[in-house]
Amino acid sequence: MNLAAQINSVMAALILLTSFGLLVQRRMYALLHIFAWQGLFLSISTAIVGYVSGTHHLYISSVLTLVLKVILLPYILHILIIRLQIHKEVETTINVPTTMLIGIALVIFSYHLTSPIRELSTLVTRSTIAVALATVMLGLLMMITRKHAVTQIIGFLSMENGLFFAATSATYGMPLVVELGVGLDILIAAFIFGIFFFQIRTTFDGLDVDQMAKLKEED
Amino acid sequence: MILPPFVYIFISFICFFTAIILPLFVSSQRLLISITYTLSAIASLITAAIGAWVVASGFVGSVIIPVGLPDLPFHLRFDPLAGFFLTVIGLLSFFVSIYSIGYLKGFIGKRPVTSLVIFYNLFIAGMFLVVLADDALFFMIVWEAMALSSYFLVMFEDEKAENRRAAFLYLVVAHIGAIAILLSFGVMAGLTTGIESQDSSVNLASYTFESMRHTQFSEGWATAAFLLAFFGFAAKAGVVPLHVWLPEAHPVAPSNVSALMSGVMLKTAIYGIIRVTFDLLRVFPWWWGAVVLIFGLISTIMGVLYALMQHDLKKLLAYHSVENIGIILIGIGLALIFTSFHMPILAALALIAGLYHTLNHAMFKGLLFMGAGAVLHSTHERNMEEMGGLIHKMPWTAALFLIGCVSISALPPFNGFVSEWLIFQAFLLSPSLHSPLLNLLIPLGAAILALAAALAAACFVKAFGVTFLGHWRGHRNPPLHPPFYKGGKGGLEVDWFMRTGMILAAFTCLILGILPTMFLEWMDVLSETLVGGRISTTAGAFGWLWLTPVSHERASYSGVIVFGVILLVVAVTYLLLHARRTSIHRTPLWDCGFEKITHRMQYNATSFSMPIRRIFGFLFNVKEQVRIKQTQRHPAFPERLHYHLRIRDRFWNWIYQPISDLSFWVSRKVGRLQQGRIQVYLVYSFITIIVLLLFFR
Repeated sequence: MNLAAQINSVMAALILLTSFGLLVQRRMYALLHIFAWQGLFLSISTAIVGYVSGTHHLYISSVLTLVLKVILLPYILHILIIRLQIHKEVETTINVPTTMLIGIALVIFSYHLTSPIRELSTLVTRSTIAVALATVMLGLLMMITRKHAVTQIIGFLSMENGLFFAATSATYGMPLVVELGVGLDILIAAFIFGIFFFQIRTTFDGLDVDQMAKLKEED
Repeated sequence: MILPPFVYIFISFICFFTAIILPLFVSSQRLLISITYTLSAIASLITAAIGAWVVASGFVGSVIIPVGLPDLPFHLRFDPLAGFFLTVIGLLSFFVSIYSIGYLKGFIGKRPVTSLVIFYNLFIAGMFLVVLADDALFFMIVWEAMALSSYFLVMFEDEKAENRRAAFLYLVVAHIGAIAILLSFGVMAGLTTGIESQDSSVNLASYTFESMRHTQFSEGWATAAFLLAFFGFAAKAGVVPLHVWLPEAHPVAPSNVSALMSGVMLKTAIYGIIRVTFDLLRVFPWWWGAVVLIFGLISTIMGVLYALMQHDLKKLLAYHSVENIGIILIGIGLALIFTSFHMPILAALALIAGLYHTLNHAMFKGLLFMGAGAVLHSTHERNMEEMGGLIHKMPWTAALFLIGCVSISALPPFNGFVSEWLIFQAFLLSPSLHSPLLNLLIPLGAAILALAAALAAACFVKAFGVTFLGHWRGHRNPPLHPPFYKGGKGGLEVDWFMRTGMILAAFTCLILGILPTMFLEWMDVLSETLVGGRISTTAGAFGWLWLTPVSHERASYSGVIVFGVILLVVAVTYLLLHARRTSIHRTPLWDCGFEKITHRMQYNATSFSMPIRRIFGFLFNVKEQVRIKQTQRHPAFPERLHYHLRIRDRFWNWIYQPISDLSFWVSRKVGRLQQGRIQVYLVYSFITIIVLLLFFR
């Protein structure tokens, strides 16, 4: 039991590490790989929690995560990148060290925020709630700091990973129906993003979301 | 249980509804106009008749229509106050609907009238329902229906920027007013429920007027409700300084619509003020009356002064609506004051005078707008400086317009005199009250009212004289009808539909003027239910012939005798002048030795109002320019002289300009938030989340 909790903590640490990796990585393919790794760690963590708590539907969630977030979504995005020919380096709006510092501040903030829950909770996973929250915030931070539409989607998906992780670590996972629904939503979102990318590129001749500033009404 | 009056009102609404959906089936515009306006005339007449019956019988009854919110169905209620306003609205709508059949034919071939037909019927139906509504929700719904349909009516000729601007201004003011009214109902409903109650069904039921009637309001909250309601209704009524939309919107609307807007739509606001104060709040301190009285006095004097400066016929009439709303508010304000000092007889006198002026103003203002519309219809001209001598070309219109002018100038034997005289009586009979402010205000008010009446008379001498008398002043010739290209009498006269509408209104003005005792007796139930006093026992003490409010030693008036004497004097004078052929000589004018007199040299509207402009000029933003075009010869012989006069409302610069500048400034500052970059928006949500987590964890 203790061993399982420790492995889970390691997984949490790895998820946090991949979040930071997403935040600093400039190259598109590398981003995809890191995202896939994050999904893998999440999947393992879910399986461990399922084993520890004896809630067997978490195994299904785990497999679902593996299929969706480690294989299918990276594959779709990979195809998109090839089709759209956007494998070059990606620009950030804030420089990387600053982003890292903000990210560290967010992690400390998350620990501060979840400290009352850690004291009250009796679950084995209670120490990882802070990491889950930090993952959500780092995903949002990634969406803010990146200019490119595809990287913003990856940030969004990483946020979703964080939420999923928060659910498993805070309450041993959501009911299976909800998780199935969320999984389906993610899949559909990926398709819609794909369509939108093509539309955005044909309209703006590029995938830089800064172009959308042109839509603003002029004074 | 469904009661007989509701059956009739249902029939009348079926008529309106048919008229609204008829444009779907009838494609011929000419046929559409005839059918729909006949329907609205019938419906209006039915409603006016029910209203008159309700007042006469003192009937009170309500009905609940099971539509609306789940716990708050629509409540309708007949009572004498509603009945009186139904009569006012229905009667004028009846006249105007007949008039419209002729008036709208002027649009055929120029623009489709379908929207005018639909919104016209919606507008009248909305006004009827405003008066009948008995819960706050239904009241607001029909109030908005009325405001929006009249917005579209003002927008009818939407290709002109002036019309769009006027309609937008009207919409803004109407909605600011509506918000205030809604807040006022909210305050009253909240007090009815009691603030602590959480039960939702009780909460909604307290929005009915019936439950508000049975509540004792604390004075502070009641004052808040009153001030909000007064502000909201004043915006609709065009009380100074909320009047700016009125002289913009009324001139640009089609004339039949401006007759209705000025004649009866403004009165729905008067209805609202009376309903909220006398019926819903019931108990009030004396200073509410003083507030109403002061705003009434300001509106009266400012309205008539602004009207004098106008040379647009319809704008002049619109400013006179401001004046007359002021006079009505004076009556209501006095009634509020007397009620709070427990003087039911005087309160009844003031209230009845105000209400009688409401009815009278609807009739003569409707008549005047119809007359202005007839002039506009024939000459395509609103500027009085371009008219003149129309009495020869439109004898019927001229005579009927003159009746309207005499009525609005408060001259006997027509109706305007009776109601203004009654308000004077209320002023003069008021004893010394326990308030130094009122003791100062009441004599001052009487003086201002007298001044306003005199100025109104001057204004209508100008309006009638410049429009109908003298010779044609215009640059281009009047567009005479085909058989009259050579000139001659009646060359611009309007058709019989328009004439009938005006004749009926003029006749009503006369009847209301010479038989006031009968109508005051009819209206007695109003003062009895609202202020608990009646005046007919004293007012009609000497039969139908003599009107003697409060006591016959103080004042009495007999419209019939005055009318008879006037007829007699006119007949005798006519006989003396025309009995012998030789007593009238027609000779060339003496032109002071100046040979080339043209019609452009006539006395005109601007020159007529010049003395008053010199006296009261400080109230306006007057810009006067004279440009002299010199010739080669000598400065004493200018070739041409350009006179340019611009008169603006000072209130616009004082109140509205700062508000509009401020709102633009705030909008620009808020607009900075919109960067157009997705990251910035994400930062907003990010910061919001962080802050919320920080403070509400």
